[in-house]
Amino acid sequence: MRMNNFLLLPIIIPFFFGMILMFGQKNLTYQRTFSLLGIGVSLITALSLLFKVKNDGIQKVTFGDWPVPYGITMVSDMVSALLVTTTLLIALFVVWYGFGSISKEREQFFYYPGIMFILTGVNGAFTTGDIFNLFVFFEVLLMASYLLIVLGGEKGQLKGSIKYILINVISSALFVITVAFLYSVVGTLNMADIAVKIAEINQPGIITVIAVLFLMVFGLKAAIFPLYFWLPTSYAAAPIPVLTLFGALLTKVGVYAITRTYTLFFVHDLSYTHDLLMVLAIATIVAGCIGALAYFDVKLIIIYNIVIAVGVILFGVSQMNEVSLKGAMFYLVHDMLIKAALFMLIGIIIYITGTSDLRKMGGLMKKYPALGWFYLIAAFGLAGIPPLSGFIGKLLIVQGGFEAGSMWSSIFILASSLLVLLSVIRIFLYAFWGDEKETKGTVDKSVYKMLFMPSALLVLISVAYGVGSEWITPFMDDAAKLLNDPSIYIDAVMKGD
Amino acid sequence: MKTNDVIIQFTAKIVFFIIFFFSIHIFLAGHYTPGGGFVGGLLTSSAIVLLVLAFDINTVRHILPINYTYLTAIGLLLALATAAFPMFMGKPFFTHYFNYFDLPLLGKQSLHTAMLFDSGVYLVVVGVTMTIIQTIGEDE
Amino acid sequence: MEIIMAFVIGFLFMAAVYLILSKSLLRIIIGTGLLSHGAHLLILTMGGLGGEAPPVLNEGAKTFADPLPQALILTAIVISFGVTAFFLVLAYRSYQELQTDDISLMRGSDEDE
Repeated sequence: MRMNNFLLLPIIIPFFFGMILMFGQKNLTYQRTFSLLGIGVSLITALSLLFKVKNDGIQKVTFGDWPVPYGITMVSDMVSALLVTTTLLIALFVVWYGFGSISKEREQFFYYPGIMFILTGVNGAFTTGDIFNLFVFFEVLLMASYLLIVLGGEKGQLKGSIKYILINVISSALFVITVAFLYSVVGTLNMADIAVKIAEINQPGIITVIAVLFLMVFGLKAAIFPLYFWLPTSYAAAPIPVLTLFGALLTKVGVYAITRTYTLFFVHDLSYTHDLLMVLAIATIVAGCIGALAYFDVKLIIIYNIVIAVGVILFGVSQMNEVSLKGAMFYLVHDMLIKAALFMLIGIIIYITGTSDLRKMGGLMKKYPALGWFYLIAAFGLAGIPPLSGFIGKLLIVQGGFEAGSMWSSIFILASSLLVLLSVIRIFLYAFWGDEKETKGTVDKSVYKMLFMPSALLVLISVAYGVGSEWITPFMDDAAKLLNDPSIYIDAVMKGD
Repeated sequence: MKTNDVIIQFTAKIVFFIIFFFSIHIFLAGHYTPGGGFVGGLLTSSAIVLLVLAFDINTVRHILPINYTYLTAIGLLLALATAAFPMFMGKPFFTHYFNYFDLPLLGKQSLHTAMLFDSGVYLVVVGVTMTIIQTIGEDE
Repeated sequence: MEIIMAFVIGFLFMAAVYLILSKSLLRIIIGTGLLSHGAHLLILTMGGLGGEAPPVLNEGAKTFADPLPQALILTAIVISFGVTAFFLVLAYRSYQELQTDDISLMRGSDEDE
């Protein structure tokens, strides 16, 4: 296995395009073409990277030609390659959708560079093999997300973004503190090397404390149970394309970081760390379900569904066997796709009705049957009705749960699907059935088409992901093997060039 | 409100150059001794801020007609180009090259590609700091 | 020396928590600044204080300080500088827009209006 710069391209290309998009802010055609071009090119490189990882195994490169534990290593394994590809795929649709939805003022004020830098950060965080570099990429994506969330500067947005920034600044400080503690114990920052050192000292108590600290840090970003409080109000303030990007990607970066640290570093005291993770995951699902059923605001309903999904994925991770990890990976990719699609669809509903309050909507089915059907498909996909995309992931997670002996909690996960279904079907019942209601504003047909096309395509992709899961399984198998057995990752990074 | 700022304006004109040249010195001293792009950039922007304090933001914009957003972008591009250059030479990203040269006047000096990267950092820091200060200052 | 540093860090965290829990947005921002200062000092201490030893092994030098924490701190300082600057601009903007810097008056979202 050779040192290889290729895996950096999905990070560098968005970065490069972000820079050139900082020029010519007023020229919309230039901005739009080049952002699509940039994401398109990155997506192609990400796809070829995915197949390269599939055929040739884990790819890595160490910056500056330093020997391995000393330089910053970037590692592309199956997990990160899959997530990078999904990220770019979603970004492509979000940008396309944004053409019809985001206001001109925003488009002319660093909206596209912001998206490019967020992609740089997200892809970098998925790819890096160095714990401090993970922090740096987190900051890159956070800085870009600060820009995107305040863009426009409406009153509600300012209120929401102050909370968002404050929470993230504190969690960043906690991240630095945690890394400092970890560094003082193991004396290295390379993730593979940390795993080796922790295995050597057999995870004493202090490492378990650090594990819980990491859970707090990443849990704040991933929105797990006691730490999800900031998510609904902050996200609801953002405009729909930005909300889509945040909802589909940012919490997933936190989930990925928890998955990575809890499958690579802290695997020697499962009865404490992973049981804690399981309890928190279930509490997260409960909290998310309550939120999703309590609100009449379509945005908030879907936002609380993010929280539920985070719980389901982390439950899969906490079971720590190959089947459940495979399910978690399946569900992670599924959730990124379907959440993006759902946010886009409710964006259209909000555009048509001019409100996000369910009680003021109704009867959309007559005028917009296609929207109704696609929403229904997406909702079924989210709840995991076979053969749609959520099914296989949840099935494997529950199967893994049974294998690990967590009988009741697995049954609980299944039951939660019903609540998820109920929460999204409520939107369908209120918005599409019933009598037509007065709608504010006029609906421009061309704008509607521009919003509907990417959303419908993304729903179709998620259906294909579910129906074609047989074809995707080999990739997921690799990812699950790798997560289940840290030595594969460690050997690939530490040995041989 | 019109105030008589003769002293601060006169001093600022001189002190600006002192700070600016000192920032260049700090910038060049970097890599082997304390200093570098970040500190140098901050010093330079503090020099410009001094001008803003002494005069006002429109005058300074007239004296230094720089688009700081573009400056940031150029700095980032320079840094990325330096970092990405080794990729085309078959080396890992961020590999730096350096060697010793006998330069006229300066004698034996080491030239390092990290310098180019640092110039990028310098431009980014000046660009970002000044953008922030302009954003706040513009409203008055 | 480590004991003194531990107290300094603890004091910084204490002050930061106190400030972050206050109502004024400006105090909160200063609090986050102190919090990151504490975190930076913590990295320095956790990396082991090398005394007066040079960070890189010189000819003839017996000991050396770990250079890595210093690199980490520099990175973290740059990042917290950027974030704090951005946060200040945002606080200023929202003060103009909402006519208050009292965080308890910033509850709720668009729907309440």
